[in-house]
Amino acid sequence: MTTVDAFPSDTVTRTDGEPPVVLRVDDLRVTFTRGGREIHAVNGLSYTVRRGRMLAIIGESGSGKSVSVRALMGLLPPSAVVEGSALLGDEQLVGRTDRAMRAIRGRDVSMVFQDPARSLNPTMSVGAQIVEAVRAHRPLPKREAAARAVELLKLVRLSAPERRFHEYPHQLSGGMRQRVMIAIALAADPKVLIADEATTALDVTTQAQIMELLVDLQERLGTAIIMISHDLGLAASYADEVLVMYAGRAVEHAPTSTLFGNVRMPYTAALLGAIPQLTTPSHARLTVIGGHPPDLGALPEGCAFRERCPRATERCIERPPLEEHEPAHAYACWHPVDQRAGDVLGPLTETGDVKEEAR
Amino acid sequence: MSQTRTPLLKVSGLVQEYVTRGAGGQKAGVVHAVSDVSFELHEGETLGIVGETGSGKSTLARAIIQVERPRSGSVQFQGRELTTMSRRELVSVHRDMQMVYQDPFGSLNPRWRIEDVVAEPLRGHTDMTRAERVARVAELLDLVGLDPARYRDRRPMELSGGQAQRVAIARAIALNPKLIICDEAISSLDVLIQAQVLNLFEKLRDELGVAYLFIAHDLATVKQVSDRVAVMHLGQLAEFSPADELYAHPRHPYTRALLDSVPVLDVVTGAVRRPRPLQGEPPSPLHPPSGCRFRTRCPIAQDVCATVEPALRDTGDGQFASCHFPLGVDAARLAPATAA
Repeated sequence: MTTVDAFPSDTVTRTDGEPPVVLRVDDLRVTFTRGGREIHAVNGLSYTVRRGRMLAIIGESGSGKSVSVRALMGLLPPSAVVEGSALLGDEQLVGRTDRAMRAIRGRDVSMVFQDPARSLNPTMSVGAQIVEAVRAHRPLPKREAAARAVELLKLVRLSAPERRFHEYPHQLSGGMRQRVMIAIALAADPKVLIADEATTALDVTTQAQIMELLVDLQERLGTAIIMISHDLGLAASYADEVLVMYAGRAVEHAPTSTLFGNVRMPYTAALLGAIPQLTTPSHARLTVIGGHPPDLGALPEGCAFRERCPRATERCIERPPLEEHEPAHAYACWHPVDQRAGDVLGPLTETGDVKEEAR
Repeated sequence: MSQTRTPLLKVSGLVQEYVTRGAGGQKAGVVHAVSDVSFELHEGETLGIVGETGSGKSTLARAIIQVERPRSGSVQFQGRELTTMSRRELVSVHRDMQMVYQDPFGSLNPRWRIEDVVAEPLRGHTDMTRAERVARVAELLDLVGLDPARYRDRRPMELSGGQAQRVAIARAIALNPKLIICDEAISSLDVLIQAQVLNLFEKLRDELGVAYLFIAHDLATVKQVSDRVAVMHLGQLAEFSPADELYAHPRHPYTRALLDSVPVLDVVTGAVRRPRPLQGEPPSPLHPPSGCRFRTRCPIAQDVCATVEPALRDTGDGQFASCHFPLGVDAARLAPATAA
């Protein structure tokens, strides 16, 4: 593996006065063995997350986005082989034993999942579950832990926190349950909060509320947030930085303000073209690309997107490295689209080709 | 669209309620899932139905196809009343009225080959020979973008979510139905597959004249396919408007709130409008608020909203809203909002 594949993470947000890096992921790889076949779910992923900032990792099912963060949390089955490095402060998350991971999980890094109903214990009151989370990392007396639990319920802006403390998950709406999950995740004041499709199952009205809450917590507590999502609109609205994954690799990575309006990787452009917009007229057709994400057990040579890419050429048989082609904007493509020149997503133009080859 | 034709589907005063029971089977309460919903749908037309969880949109769909008989009201399909029809008679109706659900795997028998899954309605409803059925299945798989040679012998579990949903759609259109009810049919699919399936729905509409009831929680998706949009809130129609009008100038504050909850991203310029969330929790359908059911979350609610239930009324431009103070309209010039 060449080092060129690693994302030059230090240079992405290099402005002076940037908040400190709390998580540094470097060349992360995850491989599963299933039925004698090696499944390459994550293939060299690198990024940094800074204090009080939100990174959105975007991708479709099977892009490796979820697996990559579960690897950090030590939540993958034993059959998964995790390689590379993930430094949380000065603690290495990769290669820890289950026991060593348990001390960090929840305390320094915690996670909120898509389905709060399945993550909460239906037989325990909401309060008892938060108290348990509080006491897992700090040996507080019960009464103090309970006070802290009510404080956490207030923090996540759950209405009537003293009453909700005694209620059970089934008595709460989906949005309220997700607030409880966030309260549990924040119990030990973690440095990094991972929200894995945390608003996907919620109504649009509730989704916006939960996202506002996350942004508020990020600002008030300085928590760094990794938001795993398939929703580019949501990422554009809330994240500071966006990383787009395809077939276990980052294919485009830039600050939100740089990326949107100047998308370069054809895959990101395809994702954007497929989003139904409130502003398009009824019965307008969406831009679609054919094909399917590649089999992670038999990744094609070269660019993993090339079989579906309308711009692919023979050159794409050689894998384009993820490189910072423009300040703070990295992408892995030999034939990037040029949104600013009105070139959204289509077959490669002759001029585009010439320009690219002359580089 | 001519109003003199018999509508394909006519729903009048539809009510669906469920009794909840507490300990010992005592009646604990009544869930007002669908309360007095009326609308018409014409051939080749798409009606989008949006609303939050618990708004009654899926219950409405089930009451229309008579999976669950409605408590009261009428459902006429091609001029025939369905609510009083026997199960046996309904079988012939379902030939023209098909449903596609959110989870394609839940509706595909995992042990069957794809060819048998798609051919099933042909076996039951037509007297096609085996060879004719095989040819028709190939045609259908082709129509939904699956290569028959590659897919006919596979089983549902060997397919991705998008492929399985396309198989469910191929089966739904096998008998050339007049109406397809899509209940969150694309919600669980990845965005690129969603776009493919949405375009497929549009293609079938153009080529076969299929009408759709398109149920979703996502306003942007609904916009894409719909001629008109019904916004449901706690079992009632909050707004019922032509799609382009509803998005350009929503009349009901709830419609406005739903639109504001969606991030708007300009793909070309990259400009983003962050969602403006609605405050508060949706009220329980067990104890809907008095008067207007949206008033507890409504930013413009007045005293009258707590006492008088607003009826669905014409607010101009073909838009209808159940609100005492419809947005952008001088309410004093409209017919009274009190129920007749």
